Amino acid sequence: MNQIIDGLVRALQLIFSGNPGVYDITLRSLAISGAATLMALLWGTPMALILGLKNFRGKFLIKGFFNTMLGIPTVTLGLILFLFFEKETGIAGFLHLLYTPTAIVIGAAILITPIIVSFATSAIEAVDPQVISLAQTLGASESTTSVTVLKEASSGILLAGTACFNRAIAELGVALMVGGNIAGFTDVLTTAISRETQRNNIDIAIALSMILLALVFGVTITMNFLQRRRK
Amino acid sequence: MTNIAELKHITRTFGEVKAVNDANLEIRQGEILALLGPSGSGKTTLLKIMALLEPPTSGEVYFCSEKVNEKNVERLRKECTMIFQKTTVFNANVFDNVAYGLRVRKAPKERIQNEVTQALKLVGLDGFENRRTRKLSGGEQQRVAIARAFAINTRLLLLDEPTANLDPKNAAIIEGMIAEANREKGTTVVIATHNMFQAEKIPTRIALMGNGRINEAGTPTEIFGKLSKTLASFAAVENTFTGNAKKAANGMTFIDIGNEVQLKTTAQSEGCVNVFVAPADIILSRDRLESSARNIFKGRIIEISDLGTLVKLRVDVGKPFVVQITKCSFDDMGLNINAEVFLTFKASNVQVI
Repeated sequence: MNQIIDGLVRALQLIFSGNPGVYDITLRSLAISGAATLMALLWGTPMALILGLKNFRGKFLIKGFFNTMLGIPTVTLGLILFLFFEKETGIAGFLHLLYTPTAIVIGAAILITPIIVSFATSAIEAVDPQVISLAQTLGASESTTSVTVLKEASSGILLAGTACFNRAIAELGVALMVGGNIAGFTDVLTTAISRETQRNNIDIAIALSMILLALVFGVTITMNFLQRRRK
Repeated sequence: MTNIAELKHITRTFGEVKAVNDANLEIRQGEILALLGPSGSGKTTLLKIMALLEPPTSGEVYFCSEKVNEKNVERLRKECTMIFQKTTVFNANVFDNVAYGLRVRKAPKERIQNEVTQALKLVGLDGFENRRTRKLSGGEQQRVAIARAFAINTRLLLLDEPTANLDPKNAAIIEGMIAEANREKGTTVVIATHNMFQAEKIPTRIALMGNGRINEAGTPTEIFGKLSKTLASFAAVENTFTGNAKKAANGMTFIDIGNEVQLKTTAQSEGCVNVFVAPADIILSRDRLESSARNIFKGRIIEISDLGTLVKLRVDVGKPFVVQITKCSFDDMGLNINAEVFLTFKASNVQVI
């Protein structure tokens, strides 16, 4: 018990004294998760629009695939990506991305893509179909109509984005497998917590955990606030 | 008179169901055309085809003399707009809802501001610009939908049962706006309705729809002056009776419609017949009128419905008759429920269907 209390006190000291190591890891985590969320939104939203608005053969299978991928274990995906980026034998080995922040961004983006696709598709499908007819009868082109539908589904998409960011910042497997947890280069909050716990640096581990939780809560509360204002 | 749109042999099927079946219709520039028919007669589908929102399974649509195809449909769609039966608004404030069509057309900011302000004024919603549209009442939302159509100065306004879900007061406001847009801006209007009173009141022409077909088209006088079987099939609820006809010596026919009510008609029929008396052909008075009319009945008012400028009354003379009078007449006569009144109409107004 004393260890936890001591750890908490020292963690707060580390946070409020502006420890460069802690802030470096936090900023890297934010940058990697933010970039991954942005990438997933960029390619996941058009996919969701197609799945939500168009009818075509195989749509059910594609939706089923993304729904299944929601539950993929992060270490499994990490292993697949490790083999993909591996320098000697990997298909994308020539890119030399293994153990770089870029590899973690790509991995996290792939991990969270099913979240944005599945949630955003549901949000788009929940939009009153008459909104499409309304936009068209007011003169909107097909692309403008799609943008209008996205706006109508924005609450659901915002929720999907929040879930994506939280999943990206809180996952361990992909960051560990393709990032390598290299101190000061590819270590992020989750991998650093794991490492510092193993090194018995409980105070640093607790400090990083508190920051991680604060970020997750902060982002969720901010998004909820934005959603409430829209209504 | 030039046509703004023309439908030629339009058929629209949904699986096995033919929603519209070989419909032919011309929509004349500047007119108000009512598509009158019962629910499920294909009015909404036909309106969507006219609004270029839905392609016909077969047939041709012409808009401003141009045959509609995949290439020009988006451009031509900007010339018309449809207001749906179920009011649909964007999840935005009133200003952004009304401005939507103008923004799509890339109108300059100043014009958007002016047009939106004018349109909202026209529908009596000035000052509502910043209100959330989905928090407004049903009637107010429908007025936003109409303002949205007015703002883009549409050439062809298509309305699907625009007053179906509104109370009589809001319905009258909406009807007034439609008539004003037609009068002031020359907007061509097509209004789908199953409401006989609305169809008789607003339009310059009526097209009767039944089972996906357009059965008849003509002026309200032509359509209602001589009740057709199509109209009777769904409008039979009011002033349509079944009775036993017997020829009298003076060339008249007496029709016993039950409860000791006997109608006199100039139509020559015998046996079991269906008869119709147009509500507008019945004169309602407090006292018995001295007139040449052969049908005079005493009864009591059992129902009063406010239709805005008109009042619909149901009068029990042994059988319930519907009569329509102006609001002014209603007020002047001081009528109320249970009031004793006389109904007078000519024998020539009793139509045997």
